[in-house]
Amino acid sequence: MAHASQSGTPAWHLVLAWGFVGIPLIWGVSQTIANALKLFQ
Amino acid sequence: MTVTAAQAGASGGISGFLDRSRTIAKPGFNRWMVPPAALCIHLCIGQAYAFSVFNLPMTKLLGISKSAPGDWSIPELGWIFSVAIFVLGFSAAIFGRWVEEGGPRRAMFTAALCWAVGFFISAIGVYVHNIWVVYFGYGLVGGCGLGLGYISPVSTLIKWFPDRPGMATGMAIMGFGGGAFIASPLSVWLMNRFSSATNVGVAETFIVLGVLYFIFMMVGAFIVRLPAPGWKPEGYVAPVQASKLITTSDVYVYDALKTPQFWCIWIVLCINVTAGIGVIGQASAMSQEMFPGHITAVAAAGFVGLMSLFNMLGRFFWASTSDYIGRKNTYFVFMVLGFALYCTVPYTGSVGSVAGFVLCFLVIISMYGGGFATVPAYLRDMFGTRYVGAIHGLLITAWSMAGIFGPVLVNYIREYNITHGVPKAQAYNVTMYIMAGLFVIGFIANFLIKAVNSRFHMKPEGTLPIAAEAGREFGESLTRPASA
Repeated sequence: MAHASQSGTPAWHLVLAWGFVGIPLIWGVSQTIANALKLFQ
Repeated sequence: MTVTAAQAGASGGISGFLDRSRTIAKPGFNRWMVPPAALCIHLCIGQAYAFSVFNLPMTKLLGISKSAPGDWSIPELGWIFSVAIFVLGFSAAIFGRWVEEGGPRRAMFTAALCWAVGFFISAIGVYVHNIWVVYFGYGLVGGCGLGLGYISPVSTLIKWFPDRPGMATGMAIMGFGGGAFIASPLSVWLMNRFSSATNVGVAETFIVLGVLYFIFMMVGAFIVRLPAPGWKPEGYVAPVQASKLITTSDVYVYDALKTPQFWCIWIVLCINVTAGIGVIGQASAMSQEMFPGHITAVAAAGFVGLMSLFNMLGRFFWASTSDYIGRKNTYFVFMVLGFALYCTVPYTGSVGSVAGFVLCFLVIISMYGGGFATVPAYLRDMFGTRYVGAIHGLLITAWSMAGIFGPVLVNYIREYNITHGVPKAQAYNVTMYIMAGLFVIGFIANFLIKAVNSRFHMKPEGTLPIAAEAGREFGESLTRPASA
């Protein structure tokens, strides 16, 4: 069991999982940065 | 008759799906699937940091366009967040052991249920205009969801990333800081959609958020997996002998409370959070009062946004850094740098350096987030992997206490100074020096942390198959030391 290969999880599962959390987070951060930049202008 | 974990897991139904044995990963499962599962939970419960977006609309539930007699006041509404954070700490402490032994999926499901039901009850409270229903819904029920959700993925991540525990927990706890970035614009957008001439749209927004968060958190519960007994990352060689400050043994959850190490880490975390949380709540007003005419209300709002960003990024940066420089050294950096920066803040005010002021607080707030994110790995180093989630739950009470100390230090000392004739621009100086002094205490507490005495370590009792020991991690039965 030790040093088991990690090839069993399809790459698209990883992309889907990270996209599921990453896209909303990037959207939220970009909204905040856009607002912060506007406010400092 | 003995019922094995495998039989229990195969029994089907929701209970079977949630069973710890059903979350054991099959060979080949990629561990990088686990951080998104943790983020699904933390991004949702991180909404708590954005609850203030509801404050103003909730003061106009009756008057709609402006507050009317009978409408709730801001201080009344402030208690919703305070109760939720208080319950977060204590539910994490009370249910920590249950979370550890019941497995991450059961804990995540329960957290999702509490969090969503908390929103639904609060929506009823808003609809019938009864603040006590909202305290009960968001504060108590939602607060339990916060506590369970906060600790649920921590030990799982540490088990999957024995080579980088700081980075792994940093990623999840970064999500808690980042949840507000999603919740804030989403809540405002939803309230705009639901608002009308007779309704501010808060109750409907709560219902939609409850449904969305439940779905999002259940995706995390579905994805999460525990490593199989004996699993190690490719190429990772576990240390045979414990290093000076990283144990290879485990300490039972309630025995950890008997060690000085637990209380030293508690003090360090409490001080680090106190120093940050007081500033977070007062950042806008403080920046405007220290730099009258230079920082406008609009610029101050931008400053608050930047602070939130550094709070989130600091969680990942400092926790990842701790994997290389060690946990104790990371907290030394927090204490020394925190002391220097808090001593510098009054100077930036006296010379009118807005850039220096902003820079000081952005670093301070990054260390505030970093303190939260690094502490699970610190606990793992001290007390082992087995009960780290439960011990982390007990430690979160430091957050609850800091939630009281921090704002009191900043707000009440400011009030005292102003009523005694100190100009507003200098009203925060004493607080800054007190904060710096607290860091000295934190430095001493961190300095006193040594390896846990071996009499607290759990002793191996024998080897049992994992199926017969659903609650056991590595197929090995451990007992509490008689002397502890």
